[in-house]
Amino acid sequence: MKKLIPYFAAAGILIFVAVFANFLTPFDPYAQNLSDALTPPNAQNLLGTDRYGRDVLSRVIVGSQTTLCASLLLLATISIVGSLIGALCGFHGGKLDGFLMRLSDIFLAFPQMVFAIAAAGALGGGLLNAAAALAIIGWPKYARISRGLVLSIRSMPYFDAAKMAGSSSTKILFVHVLPNIAGTLLVTAALDVGTIIMELAGLSFLGLGAQPPTAEWGAMMNNGRSMLQTAPWVIFAPGTAIFITVATFNLLGDKLRDFFGRTE
Amino acid sequence: MKKYFLARLVQLVPILFGITFLTFGMMQFAGDDAVDKIFEQAGSVSEEVKSAKRAQLGLDQPFIVQYANWLGGILTGEAGKSFISGKLVFETFVDKLPATIELMLVSILLTIFIATPLGILAAVNRNRPLDFFIRGLSFVGNSMPNFFCGLLLIYFLALKLNLLPIIGQSVVLPALTLTIAMGAKYTRQIRAVVLEELDKPYVTGARSRGVDEITILIKSVLRSTLVTIITLLALSIGSLLGGTAIVETIFMWDGVGKMAVDAILMRDYPLIQAYVVWMAIIYVAINLAADLLYHWLDPRVRYGDSS
Repeated sequence: MKKLIPYFAAAGILIFVAVFANFLTPFDPYAQNLSDALTPPNAQNLLGTDRYGRDVLSRVIVGSQTTLCASLLLLATISIVGSLIGALCGFHGGKLDGFLMRLSDIFLAFPQMVFAIAAAGALGGGLLNAAAALAIIGWPKYARISRGLVLSIRSMPYFDAAKMAGSSSTKILFVHVLPNIAGTLLVTAALDVGTIIMELAGLSFLGLGAQPPTAEWGAMMNNGRSMLQTAPWVIFAPGTAIFITVATFNLLGDKLRDFFGRTE
Repeated sequence: MKKYFLARLVQLVPILFGITFLTFGMMQFAGDDAVDKIFEQAGSVSEEVKSAKRAQLGLDQPFIVQYANWLGGILTGEAGKSFISGKLVFETFVDKLPATIELMLVSILLTIFIATPLGILAAVNRNRPLDFFIRGLSFVGNSMPNFFCGLLLIYFLALKLNLLPIIGQSVVLPALTLTIAMGAKYTRQIRAVVLEELDKPYVTGARSRGVDEITILIKSVLRSTLVTIITLLALSIGSLLGGTAIVETIFMWDGVGKMAVDAILMRDYPLIQAYVVWMAIIYVAINLAADLLYHWLDPRVRYGDSS
């Protein structure tokens, strides 16, 4: 457990910055100042300014709120809803199980990002719609995993023992089943944080997620694309921010998986 | 094998039905402002003209009728016309597909030729500097979004060093972008599989009989790596298909991914529908092929559970 602390601390710092972003920015991330447009990094604007003269560092900090908070909320929603659906299916079986699993088959037959791009496009762009698109295609994975786990628990002696002892099915689900599958689901979710961040930022990068002037890492990179040669810092700053965040959560996920003793 | 293959094909029918229904429903749900979009440039257009256009595009009919027409079109390859260009979407799709296939094939080949030796090297040198270095590279590649990776390659290789042309001509940079993310995953998995294989009793047995390491690697370990690569290919083809959309957009590579992103910005629904449906069908077909190949290569799973 002790070994995990530095990784939790690193992720904690990123989340802290994201939550309190508004108090941490040196400048107003939305204040335009055209006379200072495209200034390279210097003592005042540590990461330079973009084409509207906005401070890139401030926008990266506020962007972490948009990108990271949205990704984590999205992942929490997908993993909890998906897992509950899967657990209920595995627990009760029957027609509902059959229907939901066939439905998940259909969603799993789409390449994830292809579906997300089209769905976000159909919904009309915007961060919320992009997140909704990823949620629609994301839940079946968790439903599948948790259903499989529940089915394996149903064959355990303690499950039968709890049943014979007369526990209600709600009690069995919440006391005996869910705590025992939480570890695997948590590891799966932790390993997914990086992917979700990249997908959400990717949709924004294509113009299907957060819209300008919102400070969001993917959208910032999209806006800076045409000035790659003259003002690379406008792209490198948010790009590096995505990389560091994804790397941190990937490391945390790896360590959590090792901790729970599961291999890929 | 034949029986198994047929069973798998039958299982696909409801899935294909679901894919088409979902795709069609999604675009329908998006509303029909495509007609407004078409006339956007023309300024103010009377409602009669708009509803005539709607009737012409079949947008005034009930949902189920539209779906049935459209499904029939998909099956015959005549699935509707682009709202924008007026061309058959299937033709446009088939026109752009070779470029995407070229990009994917080059990326896959590059990935296999880079990741296999790296993974084996890392496993053989377990916990030595070379292993840590390769694992570091794989970790970095895994945490790098492909759009950032692509822009970095453009900046350093094309703009700063003038090594390669950037836009739309050479497959090298877009393929390299896709390879970095995919190769990072493959290296890691191949390393894990080789390590697992090297721990097995038959390897110890071979070693004790004096068989040299190279022969063990080539004769036994590579075979298990091959099965892993096929599994990985099937798993990663989904993210590769999605990745092409982003990478093609960055590099102006004229494939189906860029076509789809452009179509979304133009609200050209028939084109988007065709893209999603065909991508899903390609994905399902590749998975089926990988599954069959997997059964053929690894007798242990042959005729196993067909769930």
